[in-house]
Amino acid sequence: MQRTTLSTIPRRTILRAGAAIGALQVASPFIISARGETPVKIGMVDPLTGVLSALAQSEVDGAKYAEAEINKKGGILGRPVQLLVEDSANDVGTGVQKTRKLIDRDKVDVIFGDVNSGIAAAMGQVTNEKKVFHIVPGGHTDTITGTDCHWNVFRVCNTTTMDTAAITPELVKRYGKKWFFVTPDYAYGHSLQDGFIKALKKVGGTYDGDYLPINNQDFSATLIKAKAYKPNVLLNNMGGLTQINCMKQFIQFGMQKDMALGGALFELETVKALQPDAQVGWWDMEWWWDQPKVPEVVKFVSEYRAATKKTPSARDWFGYVAMHSVRVGADKAKTLEGPKLAKAMEDLELPPDVALQPGTVRYRAGDHELMPNIFVGEVHPPKGNPDNVFTVSSLVKGDVAAGPVEQTGCKMTHPA
Amino acid sequence: MTATVLAAGQRPAQKRWLSLVAIWLALLTAPLWLPLLGGYTALAGKVLVFGLAAMGFNLLLGFTGVLSFGHAAYFGLGAYGAGLTLRYLVHSTPLAMLVGTLLGGLAGTLFGLLIVRRRGVYFAMSTIAFGQIFYYIAYSWNDFTGGFDGLRGFHREPIGFGALTLDISGGTWFYYFTLAVFAVAVALMALLIASPFGRTLRAIRENERRARFLGIPVERHIWLSFSISCFFTALAGTLYALLNNFADPLALHYSLSGYFVIMAVMGGMRTFWGPLLGATVFVVLQDKISSLTVNWMSFVGLTFILVVLFFPRGLLGMLKRRGVA
Amino acid sequence: MFQVILFNVTNGLIIGAFYVLMALGLSLILNLSNVINFAHGNFLALGGYLAFMLVPTMGYWGALLIAPVLTALIGVVVERLMLRRVYGRDPVYSLLLTFGLAFVMQDAARWYWGPNPLQIDMPDVLKTPLTADLFFITWYRIFMVAIVIATVTGLFAFLRHTRVGLRIRAGTLDLDTVAALGVNVKLLRTFNFAVGCLLAGLSGVLATGQLGLNPNMGDDLLMPSFIAIIVGGVGSLTGTLFGGLLIGVAAAITAAIFPAASEVVIFVIMLLVMLVRPRGLLGEEGVMS
Repeated sequence: MQRTTLSTIPRRTILRAGAAIGALQVASPFIISARGETPVKIGMVDPLTGVLSALAQSEVDGAKYAEAEINKKGGILGRPVQLLVEDSANDVGTGVQKTRKLIDRDKVDVIFGDVNSGIAAAMGQVTNEKKVFHIVPGGHTDTITGTDCHWNVFRVCNTTTMDTAAITPELVKRYGKKWFFVTPDYAYGHSLQDGFIKALKKVGGTYDGDYLPINNQDFSATLIKAKAYKPNVLLNNMGGLTQINCMKQFIQFGMQKDMALGGALFELETVKALQPDAQVGWWDMEWWWDQPKVPEVVKFVSEYRAATKKTPSARDWFGYVAMHSVRVGADKAKTLEGPKLAKAMEDLELPPDVALQPGTVRYRAGDHELMPNIFVGEVHPPKGNPDNVFTVSSLVKGDVAAGPVEQTGCKMTHPA
Repeated sequence: MTATVLAAGQRPAQKRWLSLVAIWLALLTAPLWLPLLGGYTALAGKVLVFGLAAMGFNLLLGFTGVLSFGHAAYFGLGAYGAGLTLRYLVHSTPLAMLVGTLLGGLAGTLFGLLIVRRRGVYFAMSTIAFGQIFYYIAYSWNDFTGGFDGLRGFHREPIGFGALTLDISGGTWFYYFTLAVFAVAVALMALLIASPFGRTLRAIRENERRARFLGIPVERHIWLSFSISCFFTALAGTLYALLNNFADPLALHYSLSGYFVIMAVMGGMRTFWGPLLGATVFVVLQDKISSLTVNWMSFVGLTFILVVLFFPRGLLGMLKRRGVA
Repeated sequence: MFQVILFNVTNGLIIGAFYVLMALGLSLILNLSNVINFAHGNFLALGGYLAFMLVPTMGYWGALLIAPVLTALIGVVVERLMLRRVYGRDPVYSLLLTFGLAFVMQDAARWYWGPNPLQIDMPDVLKTPLTADLFFITWYRIFMVAIVIATVTGLFAFLRHTRVGLRIRAGTLDLDTVAALGVNVKLLRTFNFAVGCLLAGLSGVLATGQLGLNPNMGDDLLMPSFIAIIVGGVGSLTGTLFGGLLIGVAAAITAAIFPAASEVVIFVIMLLVMLVRPRGLLGEEGVMS
């Protein structure tokens, strides 16, 4: 049964259209350079589609806000900044391909990415090969500034060692040292649990736990086991949506009456997705917007809210810091060339309107990890403002929580 | 290298030679003209790799008439096989490629035995589910395969030919290496299709019952076709691992299988070069559109729908039909 | 010890019940129209999102009733516009069509409702557990199981005792003869697809109560549905029913013993079934034996 289909578009039309598109491609570089000096190009690769999209979007928002801010104040090294954003789609092949595209075709000077730490590590291999300066705003696996550290890769967000070391004393002090872990079975989950166990053993604690599939939906079996173990604290190490489901089921089963809840990261985007009765526990925030005693933060938050209609989360701050780090580093190095920029970035202190927190915040020379404060506190239902879901109880210094560089396993080799 | 496609409207020999020369010329000079069109060498490499995978897959779909929706499993097994060899066993690119190809091919051969009696959607469902097994293994077995984060820590090793060493770590050299492997594979495929075995496959595609009445062992042929297509797809997978210096679980996921199917259909599944054309269009389009908009998934999905509804014979299929009239 | 096993088996049946609902919809569409609906997970998500939109005006119960019906209506539109054209052709086309549709639907959901997870308000009475000992059986889960039982019973009764149901069952065996007997096959297929989408939409509303809403939620539920169908036996709805329960229980028990393998175990079961009894537990012949 042959139907005459729509394929009666004359071949010539298709060829003409194709030629037009091709001509446009060849012509477009000429169009841009006719406008004046070449901008500083920064390529950002993040999973804008897929399960991590909410976090990735915040990072891009922060970076775009910084781009506008930097351009208003004269750009980087006197040249305008252009942020090129590509979607890694949470797939390594795509992330690597986009990185190559940004470097080979778009000739970017700097690369940012990825939220997915596996992709971040793969990108690091490419940027290292091409000697391009690379900042990882929010990919958490420890090896990026640990055993797989590279001279050209810097990271804004914390290692799991830092996050676990920061919250453990607080949880032990408040609730006790018998813990139960609910952990996703992959590299990040393992390093989280190992970090906690190390910190817990230092104070003589005991523990039990389960490794669950990354996308686990039903936590009943594990929670049944947890209830039987009678711990002081249940550590929810799951990430993203699975973290939400674990919290929900924990609350639905009424387990908060028997034990406390805590863990390392519980990001603002995730907290807001929960119902009030599930917004509980003690956690780390890698940056928090509500710092009334720091005037730069108050100013930043109100301006950011005015521009984007949302309150900045830690992820927005990561993107913001990454952009400004390039500016500050380039000012110091007077160039964007990979090796020189990397050298200038080591031990570079961020100015207060970029650091947006008390104390000194710098990229540690030994492993290129940013050393900010870690905000330890309690998550609770919103008080007044719908974003006021976290109350900071203490600030832990990053380099104290991180431990010495030797323990990270990073052996940094610089290019000749 | 002639691909003898037995179609009623077979174009005159001269025209076929010309088009073959044109195709190979374009492929050989790709690193030169692709950047002008907004492409880059790694993209050309990806086109070849996916093209090879789609052409291998099309052996089963277009030439035997059997639909597998889980071919990414063998592609991914090829990638992991190559990566694991380079990382844990020995720093040898040829050996890595051999191991990867064997791993994917043998998995397909064994699985083929299980499902060879099924047909249609049931066959397809089984292939999907089987493929997902490897996806779950890859992302659960953290210590061995790197789990969710993928397999790292290996890269393309220089290949030694006696006194000469070919360093394929550079982008352009690797493209030509991929092209060489592609050429050999495609030649083998063409020989296969032109052979009596290939003609039997087409007979099965056209009318399975009649083939059976003619005494052809249909199940055995389908199984062989399935196995061979898995070997070719796995070979493409090894190249993919070398292209990225990385292997990740998504290379095993059924969504990639779906991409191979659309490439074959979009290019023209009844033609030999169709899948390569489909792969080119798909890879380049996806690259371009995902840079322009976050909603690229809608465009990809729309492409699937439009091809199915309005261009079922694919690009080359349409051109061929036009040529006949 | 016995208590732990009992807990986990009960848990498994609850999870399995949910898989059953999802898989039945998929199976219905597969059996009659020979179409693997890759977009089934997305219809599930759609049901959840529609409920999210309806709860403020209609309350939870209203949304529970209306959202699946709306999902079914959207299914009708899809079937008439697109799916209908590819029925007679090579199965590759219908697969590609639903595959592409899945992409479009997921992206549309992300574009319209955003990538952030959403919640719907449940009546408070459903949020508490049964008793202190049976803390993991909340009223919501009981409610969910009750809905599944009611729906499945209703579906099977419909298929057995109504004229349309009879035609669907006959069509699964031999659609040409049914057409020759004067039945409007086009309408039948549309209706069948709508019922499948209704089940998907209902699953979505139920899932939202447990898991929350996000554009990707259907993906993780699609594979267990496939496996339930393969294990139970393609062509048999009763088989799908048992398949779903079986894999639910298997997953739950594995989660208690060796949690990291709780996802892979359902594939292992599928492989075993394919090796030992390729046509599935309840075979390919007949729909409601």
